[in-house]
Amino acid sequence: MATDPRELYQQVIIEHNKKPRNFGKLEPCTHHADGHNPLCGDQLQLTLSVVDGRIEDIRFEGHGCAIDVASASLMTGAVKGKSVAEAEAMAEQFRGMVRGELDPSTEPHHLGKLTLFQGVKDLPSRVKCAVLPWATLHSALKGEEVVSTE
Amino acid sequence: MTVLLTPLDVAKVREDFPLLTHPFHGKPLHYLDSAVSGQMPIPVIERMAHYQRFEHTNVHRGVSALSQEATDRFEEAREKVRAFLHAPSVKQIVWTRGTTEAINLVAQSWGRANIQAGDEILLSAMEHHANIVPWQMLANEKGASIKVIPMDDRGVLELDQLEALLTPRTKVLGITHVSNVLGTVNPLKAIIAQAHAKGVVVVVDGAQAVPHVPVDVVDLDADFYAFSGHKLSGPTGIGVLYGRKELLETMPPWQGGGNMILSVAWEKTSYMGIPGKFEAGTPAIAEAIGLGAAIDYFNALGLDRIAAHEHALLDYATAELGSIEGLRIIGTAPGKASVLSFVLEGIHPHDVGSILDHEGVVVRAGHHCAQPVMTRFNIPATTRASFAYFNDRADVDALVAAIRKVQEIFGAESDDTSAEGQD
Repeated sequence: MATDPRELYQQVIIEHNKKPRNFGKLEPCTHHADGHNPLCGDQLQLTLSVVDGRIEDIRFEGHGCAIDVASASLMTGAVKGKSVAEAEAMAEQFRGMVRGELDPSTEPHHLGKLTLFQGVKDLPSRVKCAVLPWATLHSALKGEEVVSTE
Repeated sequence: MTVLLTPLDVAKVREDFPLLTHPFHGKPLHYLDSAVSGQMPIPVIERMAHYQRFEHTNVHRGVSALSQEATDRFEEAREKVRAFLHAPSVKQIVWTRGTTEAINLVAQSWGRANIQAGDEILLSAMEHHANIVPWQMLANEKGASIKVIPMDDRGVLELDQLEALLTPRTKVLGITHVSNVLGTVNPLKAIIAQAHAKGVVVVVDGAQAVPHVPVDVVDLDADFYAFSGHKLSGPTGIGVLYGRKELLETMPPWQGGGNMILSVAWEKTSYMGIPGKFEAGTPAIAEAIGLGAAIDYFNALGLDRIAAHEHALLDYATAELGSIEGLRIIGTAPGKASVLSFVLEGIHPHDVGSILDHEGVVVRAGHHCAQPVMTRFNIPATTRASFAYFNDRADVDALVAAIRKVQEIFGAESDDTSAEGQD
């Protein structure tokens, strides 16, 4: 039995989809990567400015479903100002949560309001939408320029 | 003289589909996705089960009565397909895994033998990837090029350009009978006649046509016609390639192995005639028999009655969806088949699909394996409802209610799309 879609499509997600934060492109940037979800056609370009191991600024461009866009919007807000190590740890926790491997109500995490995406775990076909921005971030930080969630 | 059809008894037909009465997310299921795959009615399921229980062994093997029985049932199914397509001979019916494999067979066998560097392969702008990629692979291998017949904003091919696109270098035209995204029914007979006047071989993708449109390959004068069993309420894993006899006979075998040979020696192997030479290995026997049963089922309902029912339902759905603000129907060709693609302003089709699914309305959301069609209409994807003979107005009403729920969740009434918000 799937979660009621309202539990996933909460107001915060709808709002971030409609008015994404940190939308655009950083020029110049220190890191960048393109993310693709071939099955959906979702596309995402991330640009970052990393100084002394800290994410000073981050922007994203692209198009996709509400889950993808809201995930990118909330992710950029969450990792801005964080160290690369902290951002990578969040990426790991986020993936764990949407795959149902990490229960944020009982296990320690630093996801904050990103737990809004918890309901994605009940929609297996949408997990990759939520994860695409985080996979792209991981690639950008690793110096890989293209990532695909397929 | 007007012949009045007795309408389809949909309530009775629905009894043949257990899935339709099986709760889905605790709600009634509204299956509006027959264009992705048809549901099998009980007589088809039972026919396949009967074969598996009492009739199964390999076909075209040995002398046992059981093998003869299986072979007879298998070949009877081929005859049913021949009659369904109005093909002259059962030898022109080649079993494949589906439409995709059938088109690949033509591209790899006929295409490799007949396409040379500098040749042109003409395709329509509304092709499914199955009628694009095999030709691109061939074009790349041979140094040939692909040209495209464009379409207008309704999803109607711009056939006034066909004459100019059929050049002395054009060797083959690949065209769909019915568009899987737009529902457009192409005027094949005229198109094929025009292509033949220039000596161009025509390969028809009939996957979406067979459940909606009566097909007569002789009247159409098609050189090749391909379709899949599962779009016709049959099983997956079985499909058909019809081919013109002279073409099939001159084509080299495609895959080699058992079943397709007359004799094998280290020095020389000789092949079966048509269709056997294209059927290497053990075929999908139960699936072929199941497809035969699906054809029987369609014939019993009557293709004309099915078409009348689906057109009435499509008209109703088009009017209902047309009244939803912010909804745009993609594909408005006159006389289209019962496929209804749409986009909702400001809402991605995958979000639409997920919410509809929760409401028990099963549709397809995506690019429908027709990315060039998406590009043509400048959209990433569509949501597509497709109507079959077992659908009724309650299915359309559920779709409309679910779309309104999507808009409610997404706050479609809000027009505040001002400057980017700040965190």
